[in-house]
Amino acid sequence: MLTISQDLVDRIIAHARADHPDEACGVIAGRGGVPERFVPMENAERSPTFYRFDSMEQLRVWREMDDRDEEPVVIYHSHTATEAYPSRTDISYASEPDAHYVLVSTRDEQDVEFRSFRIVDGVVSEEEVRFIP
Amino acid sequence: MAIEVRIPTILRNYTGGAKAVSAEGATLDELISNLESAHPGIKERLVDQGNLRRFVNVYLNDEDVRFLGGLGTPVADGDTVTVLPAVAGG
Repeated sequence: MLTISQDLVDRIIAHARADHPDEACGVIAGRGGVPERFVPMENAERSPTFYRFDSMEQLRVWREMDDRDEEPVVIYHSHTATEAYPSRTDISYASEPDAHYVLVSTRDEQDVEFRSFRIVDGVVSEEEVRFIP
Repeated sequence: MAIEVRIPTILRNYTGGAKAVSAEGATLDELISNLESAHPGIKERLVDQGNLRRFVNVYLNDEDVRFLGGLGTPVADGDTVTVLPAVAGG
């Protein structure tokens, strides 16, 4: 289960809306599995169908997390024309078995889908999301 | 003296859980072969058909080796090599 504050959820959704129709991506860093620090990342692909963290930005952010004893608790990205479910490419490149993979879909202007998954060794399992104030 | 190689979570099963290991070599290619002899199986996760895998980022100190010389990049004692799987998808 992912427990996440409404404020972080709102920030992820705002980022996804701002970058629509391109995919948005980022990390929520934290300790002990608790998502705390919002780190929006640049989508180096600037694409409506693909995302990739910029490699230099990723090095900087991963070092910063190391220095602060944090881990990437949440790795999020948006789908802009399809449902908030991991695509085949999402599954094949997933490389943080301890992370919650959050997907949001911005295909509907009025409504946003927000879902969370574990992706371990190519196996996707959806998990419950608990929103806290 | 040796070169420190920082290992990401997903490859630590090859290093007995170690976050960093040391290895030797004059180029990144040699370093990875040296790493392979101590941690069999790791090379295949980094290299495919003589090139770095596209979705693995390797950094020499503060630079992405793709902008240096790829596997031919010279490395020296005291350098740090960091491996990070790219975060990507569709």
